[in-house]
Amino acid sequence: MNQVTPIEAFTATLTRDLLVAYKRKNDIFNPFMFFLIVCSLFPIGISPDPARLGEIASGVLWISALLASLLAMDSLYRNDFEDGSLEQLLLSPHPLYFLVLAKNMAHWLVSGLPVVIVSPLVAYMLSLPGDAYGVMFLTLLLGTPILSLLGSIGVALTVGLGSRGLILAVITLPMSVPVLIAGTLTVQEALNGASLSGYMAVLGAMFFGSLTLAPLASATALRISVS
Amino acid sequence: MAQEHDIQNVLQAENLFCERDNRVLFKDLNFTAHRGQVIQIKGSNGSGKTTLLRILCGLNDAFRGELTWFNKPIQDHWEVVRSSLIYMGHRVGVNKVLTPYENLRWSVGLSTSVTNEQIDHALGEMGLRGFEDSQCFTLSAGQQQRVSLSRLLLNKALLWVLDEPFTTLDQEGVNLLEKLLSQHASKGGVVLVTTHHELLLPNLTVLDLG
Repeated sequence: MNQVTPIEAFTATLTRDLLVAYKRKNDIFNPFMFFLIVCSLFPIGISPDPARLGEIASGVLWISALLASLLAMDSLYRNDFEDGSLEQLLLSPHPLYFLVLAKNMAHWLVSGLPVVIVSPLVAYMLSLPGDAYGVMFLTLLLGTPILSLLGSIGVALTVGLGSRGLILAVITLPMSVPVLIAGTLTVQEALNGASLSGYMAVLGAMFFGSLTLAPLASATALRISVS
Repeated sequence: MAQEHDIQNVLQAENLFCERDNRVLFKDLNFTAHRGQVIQIKGSNGSGKTTLLRILCGLNDAFRGELTWFNKPIQDHWEVVRSSLIYMGHRVGVNKVLTPYENLRWSVGLSTSVTNEQIDHALGEMGLRGFEDSQCFTLSAGQQQRVSLSRLLLNKALLWVLDEPFTTLDQEGVNLLEKLLSQHASKGGVVLVTTHHELLLPNLTVLDLG
């Protein structure tokens, strides 16, 4: 019997979480359906006029993606906390960074990626002008993992609390709003025909910044919550 | 690592002090866990048994006092400690939607590489043959406890930290676990266990928290 490498522990955690998600199909479909429902209410509630919808389309897509991510967040550590798996995770000899990253990645693959994939279709429904499709897709592809990584910190901090209510949103939203601003601004600028390299660089920096730092914060928060 | 085989003091606690909500759980607690020893931690409800075990695994750091691992301060060696430790708490760490097999694949796989045959064998030993592929929410509490206890057979850890492992087990399970504990101790392992159950084991030391 040999010790495993951190990479093997990472893979084991990733496959386990994907397996759990596969067996709890609600977890996959809830955020995704929420995203579709919210987006499809806008043409009904505001106006089916393409010109008016096109103006707000990028904002609607991004806000819905943000809320869908928030909705899915709570399930990230809660079941593991309640059944004791989280203690086993914390007692692993490997750096918690990799294990938290694996959980965040599985969570994004399950709740974020489907939203990104279906977003061009929803953008069409919201009459997003044609030039912005690629940019919108790209910003969501970069942005939703950031939302998962940042949301993970909030969930890790609150997982030990009995009644959470809105506290998760209060912790997570201030961190997520800059991402929302960067994302929607990039799409708006694409519609104005401006150069995008600066905006994409900001999103990229946010992505890599949260990829390196957020799991560390989540790991520390988990240790505090479980102790 | 070579000299660790000669050192008998696996885990030593000096002047441990812990309070919670302004209530002192224990103070001036001293004990040494040697190789081949089973330590039963006794005490009334709320006397801090679980807290003590969680402190010893590094899950709780709200304490004062010295902890040493092979005579070295434990703070600098948590990675080594964690790789030589199995902890089983009140929450047994078994995911309800996964099967026993999938649960062990992950919880053992976090620290030790393990083959499918080894998992099958361990589940068989723990009396779970035939349940390998049932989702754990269909199993009874005792069977879930047995899933968690299967880790003892799969992970060659030196130190076993078991919090009330007997609670949901039937008589046959209790006998099996007692056998495992004494086997582990006779192979030079260390067991820290809380239970209200009378343990009849050689090498048993009782630590009373009052």
